[in-house]
This record gives sequence, C-alpha cells and structure tokens, in this order.
Amino acid sequence: MLEHLLDNYYETVSIILFGIGFTMLLLNRNLIKKIMGLNIMDTAIYLFLTAKGYIAGRVAPILTAGVQEKDAFINPVPSGLVLTGIVVSVSVTAFMLSLTIRLYRRYHTLDIDKIAMLAKREDL
Amino acid sequence: MDLIQNFPFVSILLCLAGGVLLSVLKARQARYVCFGLLSVITTLSVFTFIDAMNRKESYVYSMGHFPAPWGNEIRIGILEAGMAVFFCVILLLSLVGGLYKIVEEIEESKQNLYWTMISLLMSSMLALIYTNDLFTAYVFVEINTIGAASLIMIRENGHSIVATTKYMIMSLVGSGMLLLSISMLYDLTGHLLMSHMKEAIVDMAKTGAYEVPLTVIIALICVGIAIKSALFPFHTWLPEAYGYATASSSAILSSLVSKSYIFLLMKVFYRVIGLDVMIEHKTNHILFWFAIAGMMMGSLNAIKEHDIRRMIAYSSIAQIGYIYMGIGLGSEAGMIASVFHILSHSASKALLFISSAGLSSVSGDSKEFRDLKGAGIRNKIAGVGFLVGAFSMVGIPLFAGFISKVYFAGATLLATPVQMGVGLLALALSTILNAVYFMRTVILLYTPNRQKILVDFQNGMAFISSIGGFVILNFILGFGSYYMITLIERGLACFA
Repeated sequence: MLEHLLDNYYETVSIILFGIGFTMLLLNRNLIKKIMGLNIMDTAIYLFLTAKGYIAGRVAPILTAGVQEKDAFINPVPSGLVLTGIVVSVSVTAFMLSLTIRLYRRYHTLDIDKIAMLAKREDL
Repeated sequence: MDLIQNFPFVSILLCLAGGVLLSVLKARQARYVCFGLLSVITTLSVFTFIDAMNRKESYVYSMGHFPAPWGNEIRIGILEAGMAVFFCVILLLSLVGGLYKIVEEIEESKQNLYWTMISLLMSSMLALIYTNDLFTAYVFVEINTIGAASLIMIRENGHSIVATTKYMIMSLVGSGMLLLSISMLYDLTGHLLMSHMKEAIVDMAKTGAYEVPLTVIIALICVGIAIKSALFPFHTWLPEAYGYATASSSAILSSLVSKSYIFLLMKVFYRVIGLDVMIEHKTNHILFWFAIAGMMMGSLNAIKEHDIRRMIAYSSIAQIGYIYMGIGLGSEAGMIASVFHILSHSASKALLFISSAGLSSVSGDSKEFRDLKGAGIRNKIAGVGFLVGAFSMVGIPLFAGFISKVYFAGATLLATPVQMGVGLLALALSTILNAVYFMRTVILLYTPNRQKILVDFQNGMAFISSIGGFVILNFILGFGSYYMITLIERGLACFA
C-alpha cells in the first residue's frame, strides 16, 4: 500500500493538498482563508490532472522545430482540461472576492459567523 | 443532416451570446431582448422536441471537426428535448410572474445584469440537459453556479449577500468534488465522452479491475451533486438563499437550477457509470436513506417556520428528497416517478413562490404569517395560485403532485421488502406533514383579518397570466399524466 503511494507521489501529494484546501474552504471562518482554501483545492486537482497527462521523457505538445511524431509529445488533453479549469477557478475566485469586499464594507469583519449574526440582527 | 438538428446547439450559443449583448443594454431594452430571446429558444426547443418524437431514437450532434472519441458532442432524445421545453416554459412564466418585483427590488442600473444572468443560466441549463461530455458538463455546472448566485445576490441587502456567500461556499465544495471525480474518471477510462466512458467502465466491472477507485469516484459524484441540489443533510444553504432572493429568482432556483443538477446525476447513472454498476456499489441504497431523512426533516423544519418563503424553501428540501428516493430505488419505475416529480414539483413550487410574492404585496411586503392573515381574500388571484400549488404539493387528487405520489408508491411496491416498507411509511408520513403546514397556511390565508389593512396594490396582467399559466400547467400534468408517463418511458428507453 505504502509503496503505491510513494510510486505515485504526485497523485498522493495532490490528494493531500485537495484535502487541505477542502477543509479550509469548509471549516475556516475567515472568508479570505476560505478563498485561499478554494484555490488550493482547485490547484491540487490541476496537479493531479497534469501528473496524469505527463509521460516521462516527452515534451509539451507544441509543434516547433519540425518535430512531427506523436511519440515525442505528452498527452495534450489533460493540459487542455487544466487550462479550462484555471479559467473557471479564476472567475469563481473573482466572484467570491467581490462578495467578500461587499460583506467587509457592510459589516467590517471577515468572520462568516459574525457576519451571519450581524445580518440576523439587522432584522430586529 | 436536418436543419432542426442544429437547433439545440444554436439555442445554447444564442443564450451565451445574448448574455454578452444584454450586459451593455439599458434595463428596459435588456428586458425586451431577453424575453424575445427566451421565446425564440422556447420555439426552437419545441421544434427539437417534435423532431425527437418523430425520430423515436436519440441522435448525436458532434461539434467541431473531430470525430467521436476526441471531439465534443451533444446528444438529443425525447427526454432531453422535453426537459428543455419544460424548463423554457417554467423560466418564462416565473420571470413574467415576478416581473413587477424585479423592477421594484433591483436597482435600475443593475437590472440589465439580471437579464444577462438569466440568459447565461438558461444556456448552462440547456447545456447540462444536452451535453454528452462530462468535462463540458463541469464547466457549465460552474456557469450555472455563478448565474444562480448572482440571481440571489442582485437584491443587494445584507441578507441576500450573506445567503449568496453561504450558497457559493457549499456549491464550490460540491464542484470541487465533481471536478476531482471527473479527473479520476478520465484517468481510469481515458475518455471524456459519456458513452465511451461507459464502455470502459463495463469492461472494468467485468474484470473487477479498479474496484476501489470506481467506488471513490461514484461517491464523489453523488455527494458533489447532492450538495448542489440540496439533498439532506447538505441543505443548510437553501432556506436563506430561497428565502431572501427576489421572487422570480427563488422560483427559478428551486424549480430549475436544482433540477438541472439532478438531471445531470441521472445522466451519470444511465450514461456514464451504468445502473447495474451503481446498484452493485450500493449507491442507490445510500441515496435512498438520505432521501427518506430529507423528506422527514424538510417537512418538520417547514412546520417550525414563521416565514412563508422560508417555509416553501424547506418544503423544497422534502420534495428533493422524493426525487432522490425515486432514484434510490434503482428501478425503471422509480426513475419514471422521479422524472415526473421533477416536472410536477417545478410547476407547483414556482407557482408557490410567485403567488407568495403576490400575497406579501397586499400585506405590507411582509413574509411573516402573522401579517399574512386574510391575504388570500385581499389578493384573490395570488390566493388561488397558492391554493393550487399547496394542493399539488400535498397530493390532492387531480393535481400534479398526486400523480407523482401514486407513481412513487407504485415504484416502492416493486422494490425490496425493506425499501417497500420504509418508502411507503415515509410517503404516508410526509404527506401528513405536508398537509399540516400547507393546510395551516391556506386556512390562515383565508381567515378574514379584523384589522383593516390599506391595500394600494393591483395585480398586473403579467402576474395574472403567469399564475394562470402555472395553474393550467399543473392541471395538464394532473389530467394528462398518462400521456406524460408514456413520454417519459419512451424518453428513458433511449436515454442510456
């Protein structure tokens, strides 16, 4: 079991990172740290995908200097997925950051529990 | 290739392009363009549906110049096209019904952004319905999330921003899990297209290879989608999100957005993992028990509420439980009941949200029960709307909700003895609980209020026609259920 983990150390590390980001996003009360957790989680998945697409001893799938054989390149699909994923994660992060700015201006704190409490008190 | 075969792709693209255009228009222009766009999409979807009915078999539409294992494609069948038509109709009716609230509650300089988000949301829902590529599904899931979150937050008071933040956090947890599972699935199968993935998984299941990773993947997909569609116990974000958004947004979120995720899950069940493998991994049992818990807890929480919108929101959790219960039975009959309940719940829940907005308008814009006393008398149209929605949710015969309960009960009879006993008991209990809080509300709405309340509110034509449309839709689903069920059966037959 341990051998498998050590052999596939990229994947192991990425799943550990995913766990760290996941817990931060879910459990941390600070909104900025939550967003950092989100980014760690997403980046961990990109590391996982990139590691899966990599083939030892080959180069990035960009046609340069007349190299045409497909054996010279790594699998391009995961790289494409990572690029798409990055775009998605950037837009989600921007959205979350803008929400955070709104909340900070209104309640002068980043603690989500305090913010929820203050919002409830607005009603009364 | 026929011209009609291009329609699904064109409608997705039109909505995406429309979103960009609407963001630079003025509020009023944007509204007209958006309604025009949605009408065009509805017409295109109707044509696609008629065409799919004539074909009797689903077909694949490939995009770009690369053939199947590499290129991206969408797949159109009776069920997909029917869902698209239904989603368009519900979206249009919800927007028309809540129009006066949108104009009233959203700053005029930001209204065009509301229509932009509606357009993007429509495109992502259409894409989730039609797509045959799992990674494309992920991208549109994220667009759907951002669109839905914007619909909640655009009211811009403290509550709606807090609700949006909570919604986003839970949704992002869900999409993280979904992305990880898709990456792992790509790693195992080497494909992104659903049909090719399934071939690889069938081979894997035969040889027993990669048993553990496959279990992890199934768990991640199910939990990810369950969080996004608010299956109990992942429902914590829902009451606030639905309770504080503007009426149309709540209607759209509860009746369409959560359903589009469930539709994606059904697709994964049928087209990616396969029903047999899912049952082998006992996934459906787990979903079944969570669904039962959801049916109970949603209703119990709804009974405790003093706020009409939050009560309807909690009732959504119970109804999502029904849908997952049908999926959890793991049989054809259960799936048919679930799909029918997606339709009947959408039609009734959107009606409830829209009419509750009308009821609040004649009660000093309050959502509290103590202020709503006699609101059904003050605003007759909204009262009738609420009555029909509530009857349908409780399951009074002739209404849409009754038919889905009958089919759920029929489906549980075909399941294992434990599932049959628990399922029937849960159905009976939750019907009683539904009756408790919906009938209490209806009685309150029709109890005359001694205090004089000044009402300077007139129902607009838009509101009346929307309520009328929803009521008719409910009766169509209730009376034409036999025809609908036959359609769903035919759709599911060519869905896999």
